[in-house]
Amino acid sequence: MLNNSPYFLKPASVQSVMLRVLLALLPGIAAYVWFFGAAILVQIALASVTALAAEAVMLHLRGKPVMMFLGDGSALVTAWLIALTFPPIAPWWLTVVGVLAAIVVAKHLYGGLGQNPFNPAMVAFALMIVAYPSLMSQWPGVGFSDLAPQLNAIFGPRQLDAITMATPLDALRTALHTPEARATVAGVLGSDASFGNIGGKGWEWVAAGYFLGGVYLLQQRIITWHMPVAFLATLLVISGGFSLYDATRFAGPSFQLFTGGAMLAAFFIVTDPVSGCTTPRGKLIFAAGIALLTWVIRTFGAYPDGIAFAVLLLNIAAPLIDMYTQPPVFGHKNKPAARP
Amino acid sequence: MSALQRLFKFHGGVKPAYNKEASTRLPIAVAPMPASLVIPLHQSIGGMPRPLVAAGEKVLKGQRIGGADGNVSSAIHASTSGTVVAVEMRLMPHTSGLSALCVVIEPDGRDEWIARQAFEFRSASPGQTRDFLRDAGVVGLGGAVFPSHLKLNAGKHGKLDTLVLNGAECEPFITCDDVLMRERAEAIVNGAVIMREILSAERVLIGIEDNKPEAIAAMDVAAAEANCKAGDAAIEVVSVPTRYPAGGAKQLIRVLTGIEVPHGERSTDYGVQCFNVGTAYAIYEAIALGQPLISRIVTVAGNVAQARNYEVLFGTSMKDLMALCAPLPDSDRIVMGGPMMGLLMPGDSVPVVKATNCILVGSQALFPPPPPEMPCIRCGDCAKVCPADLQPFEMYWFSRAKIFGKAQEYNLFDCIECGCCAYVCPSRIPLVDYYRFAKSEIWAREVEKEAADVARERYEFRLLREEREKQEKAAKLAAKTAAGREKAAAALAEAVKPAATPEEDAKKALIAAAMERAKAQKQEVHPENTADLTPEQQAEVAAIEARRAEIREMAKPHLRQDD
Amino acid sequence: MLDALLVMALGAVLLGAALGYAAVRFRVEGDPLVEKIDAILPQTQCGQCGFPGCKPYAQAIAKGEAEINQCPPGGDEGIHKLADLLGREFKSLSAEHGIEKPKSVAVIDEQACIGCTLCIQACPVDAIVGAAKQMHTIVAQQCTGCELCLPPCPVDCISMQPIGASVETWKWKYPVFKINSTQRDAA
Repeated sequence: MLNNSPYFLKPASVQSVMLRVLLALLPGIAAYVWFFGAAILVQIALASVTALAAEAVMLHLRGKPVMMFLGDGSALVTAWLIALTFPPIAPWWLTVVGVLAAIVVAKHLYGGLGQNPFNPAMVAFALMIVAYPSLMSQWPGVGFSDLAPQLNAIFGPRQLDAITMATPLDALRTALHTPEARATVAGVLGSDASFGNIGGKGWEWVAAGYFLGGVYLLQQRIITWHMPVAFLATLLVISGGFSLYDATRFAGPSFQLFTGGAMLAAFFIVTDPVSGCTTPRGKLIFAAGIALLTWVIRTFGAYPDGIAFAVLLLNIAAPLIDMYTQPPVFGHKNKPAARP
Repeated sequence: MSALQRLFKFHGGVKPAYNKEASTRLPIAVAPMPASLVIPLHQSIGGMPRPLVAAGEKVLKGQRIGGADGNVSSAIHASTSGTVVAVEMRLMPHTSGLSALCVVIEPDGRDEWIARQAFEFRSASPGQTRDFLRDAGVVGLGGAVFPSHLKLNAGKHGKLDTLVLNGAECEPFITCDDVLMRERAEAIVNGAVIMREILSAERVLIGIEDNKPEAIAAMDVAAAEANCKAGDAAIEVVSVPTRYPAGGAKQLIRVLTGIEVPHGERSTDYGVQCFNVGTAYAIYEAIALGQPLISRIVTVAGNVAQARNYEVLFGTSMKDLMALCAPLPDSDRIVMGGPMMGLLMPGDSVPVVKATNCILVGSQALFPPPPPEMPCIRCGDCAKVCPADLQPFEMYWFSRAKIFGKAQEYNLFDCIECGCCAYVCPSRIPLVDYYRFAKSEIWAREVEKEAADVARERYEFRLLREEREKQEKAAKLAAKTAAGREKAAAALAEAVKPAATPEEDAKKALIAAAMERAKAQKQEVHPENTADLTPEQQAEVAAIEARRAEIREMAKPHLRQDD
Repeated sequence: MLDALLVMALGAVLLGAALGYAAVRFRVEGDPLVEKIDAILPQTQCGQCGFPGCKPYAQAIAKGEAEINQCPPGGDEGIHKLADLLGREFKSLSAEHGIEKPKSVAVIDEQACIGCTLCIQACPVDAIVGAAKQMHTIVAQQCTGCELCLPPCPVDCISMQPIGASVETWKWKYPVFKINSTQRDAA
C-alpha cells in the first residue's frame, strides 16, 4: 500500500541522532583516558555489551523487532552515560547491575524507547549510590592511571586504598558541613594537590571535553541552547552568589561548574528529550530547577553529587512544567486589536 | 519591487529539494481536446451544485451545467461544446476512491462558446458582483477551492488595508503559478486591480518566492504599468524568502504584513485578504472577458520524461494529460498536488478539477516508501519547524491514543497539514496521517452528536405531544359524555313537562326574531374585494379558507404549547 | 492519653459536621448520571434495549436495573464508553437485543405507499411526513434508523438503506502500519 503525503522526508533517523550524541562524548572520553587511564574504556565496553544484551532480551520478550530497535543506538547512549558517571574503578558488577536497572527497569518496563518518564542513566546512578554508597564514591586520583591496578580493581578482589581518593566535592562536603566544622573552602581545596585549581585536577579537562561535545550537539541542532545555558547559568549565579556571601563556606562557580558531572549533565543528561521538558520556556525552568537542586544537594545533602537526584525530581515535574509553558499558537498570541 | 518593504518571518518551515526547473523550461501548452470530459459537480468547498442538464442535451462551451446550491457553493460549467452523455457517479480525484455525481460530455470538436459579455462590476452592487462570480464558478485555485465570491467581501470595516496576491508557490515540483506569472502577468495584475476595487483595498502586495526571478520580473513590469495607469503606486511585487510553506495563505500574510490571522477568523477583520495569482487570473477572465472558469494551468512533473505546464479543460482525465509528458515505465502512482501536501489518486482515470494544480507522477525511486515508524523520542524537531507554532508531538501522542479532546486542546485544528513535521521527524512517524485521522474522527463525532441531540429533542417533543393529545382526547370524551347525558336529561324533562306556556312562547319568538335580524345584518356586510368574483375564484377562496381552518386546527396544540 | 482521645474525637465531630453541612449545602439537584448516560446513548429511540427509548434505558442503567450491553446501535464503542463512565467491566453486545448494523435510514417506496399513516404514528422522532391517503416520505436527515416503521407498514413499502461514505464524510484511517517482527528479524 502506498503512503500518504508528505512523500519527501529529510534523511534523519533516531540512529543518526544517537550516533552523533555518542560522537559528541568522544572528546570528554579522550580527556578522561588521558588523565585517569584506560579503565573508563573498559567500563564503557562493559556497559555497552550489557546494555545491548539487555535491550535485545527485553525487545524479544516484548515482541518487538529486535534488530530494528537495537540499531537505534539509544541503549548505547544510556550505557555510555552510566559508564561516565560511575567511578571508573567501580567493580564490574556494579556497572552491570546499574545498566540492567537502567535498561530493564527504567526503560523497558515503562514501555521502551520514548516512553520512559525518568532518565535511565540517572535511575541507575541514584539506585547504585543509594545501595552502594562507598563503592560509588571511590574515585582514582591523577597519577593512578596504570591499567593493571585499575583492572584489578574492576575485576579482582578489592584493594583500593592505593589508588582511590575522595573527590573534591566529597571532601568539601564532609569538611564544611559536619558539625563543629572549622575548615574553609580554600583550606579544603588546597589541602590536596590532586584537587587542582578549578574542579579537581584532570576533571576540568574532562569537563572541557564534554563542553566541546556539547557545542557540537548544538551545532548539529540535536539539542537547543535552552537547557545547557539555563543549567550552567543557574549554577553559576547561585554558587557565585553564595560564594560572594561567604567564600569560606561556599565553593565558587568555577569549582561548581567544572567538578563532578556538571558539564556532562548540562549537555548530555539534562538534555535527554524523552524525560525532560519540550517547550522552550519549560526547558529553561527544567534545567534551572535541576541546577538549583544540584547545588542544594551538593552543598547540604548527604550524597557526593546531587545531579542524579535533581534530574529525577525534575523528570517528575516535566509534564506539569510543559503543560503550563505551552508556547502560543499561530494567531493566538498578542492578537492585533481590531481596527477602529 | 520596493527594497523598503519590511518583511516578517513565520516560525519554522523547511527547505526541501525544490525540483522546479524541469517543468519551467517550456512555455504553457494547451492540452489537446480529449475524447470525453468527466466534470464532477462538486469541485469547491460548500454545497454540492445541482445538475442543470440531463443526458442527451447539447451544451455549449461555458454553459452552466451545475447551479450553485446556496451561497456557499460555486457553479460548474461545460468545458467545451458537445453532448451530455450521462450524469452519473464517477471516480473522484480524491484519496478515498469514492465516486460522486459527474456530468460526462462528449465534445463535438467545434468548441463553441456561449455568448460572452464582460461584467460591469463598477455599476453593479457588491452583492451582484458576488453572485456573478459564484455563477462563473470562480474558486481559489491555490488548492483549497474556497469559493472566491465569499472572500470578495470587505468585511465589517467596509475596506481593507492590504490585498495579498499569493505567488509564493512553495511546494516542490509545482510551477503552474510561476509560468502563469511569467506569461500572463498583465491579466493577473488586471485581476488584482478588479479585486482591489471590489474590496476597496488600499494597496496590493504580490508575494513571490525569490526562487522565481523571471516571474518577479514579469510581474514587476505589469505592476508598474498598472500603477502608471492608475497614477499611484498601490501595487507592489514583493520577493519573499524561499522557505516551505511560505505559500500558505496565513504564512504569506504574516511575512508580508506581520499580521497573524487566527484559525477560524476572517482575515478581512484584520484588514487583509489573500488570493492566489491563478484566482486573480480567473477573476479577470470572468469579469473582463465574461468567461467562466473552465480550465486551469496544471503542472505535470515528477517521474516523467518531459515535465511541462498545460492549460487543461476541467474534466480531462489525468491519464490523457500524463500521456503528453511520457511518464517513465516505473511510475506507480499519481499525486494531485505537490509531494508535501498532495493527495494520492485512486487511479489515472480521474479528471482534472479546479483543485488540480499539479499532477505529480511518482515511483518507488522518486518517493521511496517510508522506513518503519519508530517511537517518538520527543526530540522537538517537529515543533521547531511547525509554521503554526504547534507542538506536533503532543498532538501526535493524543491522536495516536485516540484521546481527541486532548488533541484539540493542543490546537489540532490550527494544523494546516503542511507536512513539515513529518518531513523532519527522525522517528519517521507519518504525523500528518495521524492529524488527518484525528480531524476526520472529530468531525464525524461532532456530526453524530448533533444528530443525536436533534433526535433526543424530537423524541422528547413527541412524548410531550402524545401526552397532551391523550389528555385532550380524554377531556373531549368527558365533555361529550357530559353533553350526551345532559341532552338525554333534557329530552326526558321535555317529555315529562307539560306544553309551554304562552309567555314562554312569546319570549322564544322574540329571541328568534333577534337572531334573524342579526343573521340578515351579517349577510349584508361583505368584504369589498370579494364582492364580485367569478365562481371559480370563489371556489378557490373557499378551498383556501378550508385549508386555513385546517391549519388553524393543526396549530392549536402548538399555540397552546407556546402559552 | 485522654487528651489525645478527646482531640481526635473533637476532630471527628467537627469534620463530620462540616461534611454533613457540605452535603446539604452543595446538593446537586436531579440525577446527572442519567444525563451522562443518555448523552452516550445514540438516541435512535429504537427500543431494542427493551425500554421505550434511550432516556428510560439510561434511567434503568443508572438504577442498576439494566446491563450496559443492550444497545445495538451504540455498538461496542458505546458499551466501552458506558463501562468507562460507570466503572464497570466491558461486556460484548448481548445477542438477544440485536446486532450492530451499519448506520442506515429508512426509505419509503412512494409508488407503493397507500397513505395509511401507521408509520407516522410509529416514528419516535416524527421524521415521516404525510397525511391520511396521501403519500408519505421520510426526512432522511432526521431519521435515526430505528426500524420501528418497518413492522407496521401493511404493504412493506419501507426499506432500510445503509448510509455509504461520500467524499465529504469519508474518514482517514488510523495510520498504524504493523511491523512484522519475525520478518524484520529474518531480514
